[in-house]
Amino acid sequence: MLVNFTPPSASEYIRVLPEILLTVGGTILMIAEGLAGERHRRGLAPMALAFLLLALGGAVVAGMDPGPAFNNMLTVDGYATFFRLLVLIVGILSVLISGSYLTRENADSADYYALILFSLCGQSILASANELIMVFIGLEISSIATYVLAGFLRNDKRNNEAAIKYFLLGSFATAFLLYGVGWIYGVTGTTNLQEIHRFLTSSESVYSPLLVSACAAMMFVGFAFKVSAAPFQGWAPDVYQGAPAPVSAFMTAAPKAAAFAVFLRVYSIAFSGLTERWQPILWVSAMATMVIGNFAALRQDNIKRMLAYSSVAHAGYVMVAVVAHSEAGVAAAMFYLASYAFMNLGAFAIVTHYVGKGERYVGIDDMAGYARQQPLIAALFTWFLLSLIGVPLTGGFFGKFYVFKSAIDSNLIWLTVLGLLNSAVAAYYYLRIIVVMYFHEPTNETGAAGPVPAGVRLALIGSAIGVFVLGVMPSAVLEFANRSAMLSR
Amino acid sequence: MLDTIFFYVFALLTIGGAIATITRRSAMHSALSLIVSLLGVAGLYLLQKAEFLFAVQIVLYIGGIMVLFLFVIMLVNLDQAAKERQFNRQWLLGLVASVLVGAQMVWMLNSAGVLSLPAAVPAPAATGPGNIEALADLLFREYLLPFEVASLLLLVAIVGSVMMAKKTS
Amino acid sequence: MDMLQAILAHPWFTPLLLTALIIGLFPLVAGYIVLVERKVLADMQVRLGPMRVGPHGLLQPIADALKLLLKEDIIPEESDKALFWFAPVISTFTALSAFCVIPFASGVYVADVNVGLLVISAMSSVGILGIVLGGWASNSHYSLLGALRSAAQLVSYEVALALALLSGVMAAGTLSMAGIVRAQQERHIWFIFDNYGLMLIPFVVYVISAVAETNRAPFDLPEAESELVAGFHTEYSGFRWALYFLAEYANIFVVSAVAVTLFLGGWLRPFPNVSWLELPFNYGFPALLFLLIGLGSLRLARKLTWRPHAIGMTGVGLFMILLAGVVLIPPVNAVVSSPFWFLIKVGGFVYLMIWLRGTFPRFRYDQLMNIGWKIMIPVALGAILLNAIVGMLRIS
Repeated sequence: MLVNFTPPSASEYIRVLPEILLTVGGTILMIAEGLAGERHRRGLAPMALAFLLLALGGAVVAGMDPGPAFNNMLTVDGYATFFRLLVLIVGILSVLISGSYLTRENADSADYYALILFSLCGQSILASANELIMVFIGLEISSIATYVLAGFLRNDKRNNEAAIKYFLLGSFATAFLLYGVGWIYGVTGTTNLQEIHRFLTSSESVYSPLLVSACAAMMFVGFAFKVSAAPFQGWAPDVYQGAPAPVSAFMTAAPKAAAFAVFLRVYSIAFSGLTERWQPILWVSAMATMVIGNFAALRQDNIKRMLAYSSVAHAGYVMVAVVAHSEAGVAAAMFYLASYAFMNLGAFAIVTHYVGKGERYVGIDDMAGYARQQPLIAALFTWFLLSLIGVPLTGGFFGKFYVFKSAIDSNLIWLTVLGLLNSAVAAYYYLRIIVVMYFHEPTNETGAAGPVPAGVRLALIGSAIGVFVLGVMPSAVLEFANRSAMLSR
Repeated sequence: MLDTIFFYVFALLTIGGAIATITRRSAMHSALSLIVSLLGVAGLYLLQKAEFLFAVQIVLYIGGIMVLFLFVIMLVNLDQAAKERQFNRQWLLGLVASVLVGAQMVWMLNSAGVLSLPAAVPAPAATGPGNIEALADLLFREYLLPFEVASLLLLVAIVGSVMMAKKTS
Repeated sequence: MDMLQAILAHPWFTPLLLTALIIGLFPLVAGYIVLVERKVLADMQVRLGPMRVGPHGLLQPIADALKLLLKEDIIPEESDKALFWFAPVISTFTALSAFCVIPFASGVYVADVNVGLLVISAMSSVGILGIVLGGWASNSHYSLLGALRSAAQLVSYEVALALALLSGVMAAGTLSMAGIVRAQQERHIWFIFDNYGLMLIPFVVYVISAVAETNRAPFDLPEAESELVAGFHTEYSGFRWALYFLAEYANIFVVSAVAVTLFLGGWLRPFPNVSWLELPFNYGFPALLFLLIGLGSLRLARKLTWRPHAIGMTGVGLFMILLAGVVLIPPVNAVVSSPFWFLIKVGGFVYLMIWLRGTFPRFRYDQLMNIGWKIMIPVALGAILLNAIVGMLRIS
C-alpha cells in the first residue's frame, strides 16, 4: 500500500518552520480569545508579537540550512530568507502600532492579529515559492487576509470601500495570474520555475515564444496589481487611504515586498530566456508608475492618500531594478524594499497615532504646528520623510542609489534619468509636510493627539534605527543581498 | 462518433449556459444557467475519462456552491435589481474591448499553431490503478505541501467571512 | 436460439433490462413502501391502517396512483411556469439515476464505475435543486420557507453524510460499489464491524444523516405539516406531486442501498465465507420466510368476511408458498439468493426509517442545525481520524 513513499525529511520541515509557527500562532490566538473571554484582550498583541518573534527565529533557523523542501515546492535560499525576515519584521512593527489603534477604535480582537499572522504566512510562502502553484496559493493567502484587514472596522464607510475595492479588483487580477499559470502549464507541462526555465531555454523544446510571452504578460497583470505598478495601480490610493492606518502601513510594506520577491523570482528564473520580450513592457510600466505616483501625490491634501501615492511611486523605483534584470538589480530591489519598509512604517506609525479616534485628522494641514507640540516625534517624522525623499545618510538614499546604479549598469540610461527627475519632484510633497509641521501655526482643530503609546514608540525607534543603519552602514545588508541575489536557475 | 456528438452537446450546454448566465435578468435564472454551464463542463470531464473530476464537479459546484447561491438569492429580495438597467453604460466599450482581446487571442493561438493541433484523444481506459488513485498519489506525495497550504487558504477565507458577517457589538 | 444467446450475452443486455425494470417497477415498489409505512405506523399507533381497497388494503397503492394521475393539474397563476414544471423532474430524474450504480448482486447493476459512490452523492446533491427550485417556483410563502429550510438542511447534512461514507471508503479502498462489496467478501467482514467495531460510529452518523438527507421525520422540517402545510410541495398536485413523492421514496431506497452496500455487506449473505451456512441462509431462510408469510396470509384470509377479499388474500398466501418452493430450486436459488439478501437488508433499513418516524418527535430548526454542525460533522471527522489510524495499524 505504501510503496515507494518517502516521508518528508526533518530538514524539510525545518525549512518551513516560519510558516508552521505562523499558522499555529494564528490559530492559537483565535482559540485563546475564545477561551480567555473578552476581558483579556490586552494580552493579544504581546502574544502575537511573541509568535512573530518565534517565527523570526524560525526563519533564521530555516535560513541556516538552505535547500529545497517538499518536492521542490519551496526553495529556502538566501533570497527567501531575506524576504521572510523582512516581512516578519514588518509584521512585528505593524503589530506594535496596531495595539493602541485598535483599543482606541474599540475593535481589539484576536482575528486581527491572526489575520496578520496568516497574511505573513502567505508572504513567507511567496518569498520561498519555487512553483507556480505555491505562488498562487501564497498570493491568495496573503491577499485574502489583507482584504479582510482592509475592511476591519466594519462600521467605517471608508474601510468598507477599501475592502470591497481591494477584494473585487484583487480577485480579478489574481484570475489573470492564474490564467497565465494555466497557459504556462499547457505550454511547458510543468509549473516548477527551474523546469520552465530549462524548457524555455532548451534547444530541443518546441514552443511558440509568442504564447509564452502572453503567459508572461498575464502573470504580469497579477503581479503588477499586487505591487501597485502602473497601469494596475488604480486601487492603491483608495485602499491605502480607506483602510485602518496600521493596516495601510502593513499593506504598503509586507505584501508589496513579498509580491516583488516572487515577481523577481518568476521573471528572473522562469522567463529569463525571454527578457527582450518583457523588458520593454516593464520599462514602460516602471516609468509610468513613477510618474503617476509622484505627480498624483503632489496634489493630495490627505496625508494617507499622499503616502499611498508615494507608495506607488516607490514601487516604480523598484520596478526600475526589476527592468535592469541583473544580479545587481535584484540586490538593489531587495535593499530598496527593506529600506522602504522601515521608512514607510515609521511614517505610517506617526500617522496612525496622529489621526486620532475615527481617523479624523488626516489632512496635511492638521499637522500644522506639530513640531511645537511633539518636537521629538516631528523630528522623527522629518527623518522618515527625508529618507523617503532619498537624502544622503538615510536608507532611502542608498536604496535609490543602488537601484539607479544597477539600471545604468544595464544601460537603462533614460529610465535612470526619468527616475532621478521623479525623485526631485517627489521632494516637493514630502517637504511640504515638514514645512507644515515646523512653520505653520497650530489651529484649534489640531493637537488632539496625546502622548505616544509605548507600542508606537517602540515601532518608531525600531524603524528609525532601521533607516539609520541602512543609511549609514548599508554594506552589511547589501552584501547579504548581493550574495543571495544569484537565484538558482 | 458518439463521443463527438456528446462533445458538441456538452460544449453547447457549457457555452449556452454561460451566455444565458450573463444575459438573464432574473438572478434565479442566471444561477440556473450557470448550473447548466457547470453541468456541461462536468460532461466534458466525463468525456475525457476523468470520472473523479466529473463527480466532484457536480458534488461541489452544483450540490454545494450553486445550492448556496440559490439559497442566498431566495433570501435576498432582488426585485429592485431586476428593474435596474442590466448592463452599465459602457457596455459597448466593454464589448469592443472583449472582442478585440478575443480576436487577439485567437490570432495569437493560431500563429502559435495551437488551433491546428490534432483533436484531443481521450486518455486510454485506465489499466491498473484508476485515476482516483493516480490523483491521490499526486496530491499526497508530490503536491503534499500545496494541498496542506490550501487548507490554510480556506481557513483564512472562513475567518474573514465570519468576521465580515459577525454582528457588530 | 443463437440470436437469443447473442442478445443475452450482449454487454448492454443486463444494463438495459435493469434500467427498464427500475423505471417500470420502482413506482410500484414506492407505492408499496408507502403502504408498508402506513401499515407499520398504524400498528405502532394501535390502528389498522388502510383496510378497504383490496384485502387488508393491499391494492391501496394502485388506487392512490390512479387518483393522482386523474387529479386536476393545478399550476399557480403567479408561479414561474417553466421551473414549476421542471423542478419535480429534476428530483425524480436524479433519484432514479442514482440507481444505476447500485449493485443488486454480483454482476447485476446498470454500471459499475470506479466512482460509484461519488455518483450517488452527486445525484443526491443535484436532487436538492429539485426541491429548492420547486419551492421557489411556486411563488408561495410556505413553499419558499420549505425550500429554504430544505436547502440549508440538505447542504449541512450532506457534509456529515459524505464524511461518514469516507470512513467506509477507507476500509474498502475503492469507490466502486461492487468493489466495496467484493472488498468485504475478501476481508471476511461486514464493514460495520471493521476496525474492531470502530466503524459503528460512522455507521450511526450515516444513518442519522441519511434520515435528514431524505427529509424524513424527525428531520422533516422542510415539509412540516403543522407549520408549513406541506413545505416545498404545498402548491403541487396530481402527477407532479406524485413525482416528488416518487423521488422521496427512491431516495430512501438509495440511501438504504448505500448503507447496505458500504456497511452491511451488500448482496452477501451473513458469513459469506462459511460454506456450510449456505444451506440455511441461501435456501432455508428465504424459503421459510416466504412460507411463513404465505401461511400467515392464509390465516388472515379465513377471518375476512367479504368473499372477494378472502379470495384475494388466499391467492396472495398461495403465491407466497409457491415462491417458497421456487427459491428451493438450485439454479433459481443461485440467481435470486444474492438479490434476495440485498433487498431484505434494504427492506430492514427502510423499516428502521419508518420506525424512527413513528418514534421520534420532530426537531426544532435550531436543534436540527446544532445536531448537524456541532455533533454530526465533528463526530464524523473524528471517526475518520480514528478509523484511519486504527486501519493503518491493523494493516501494518
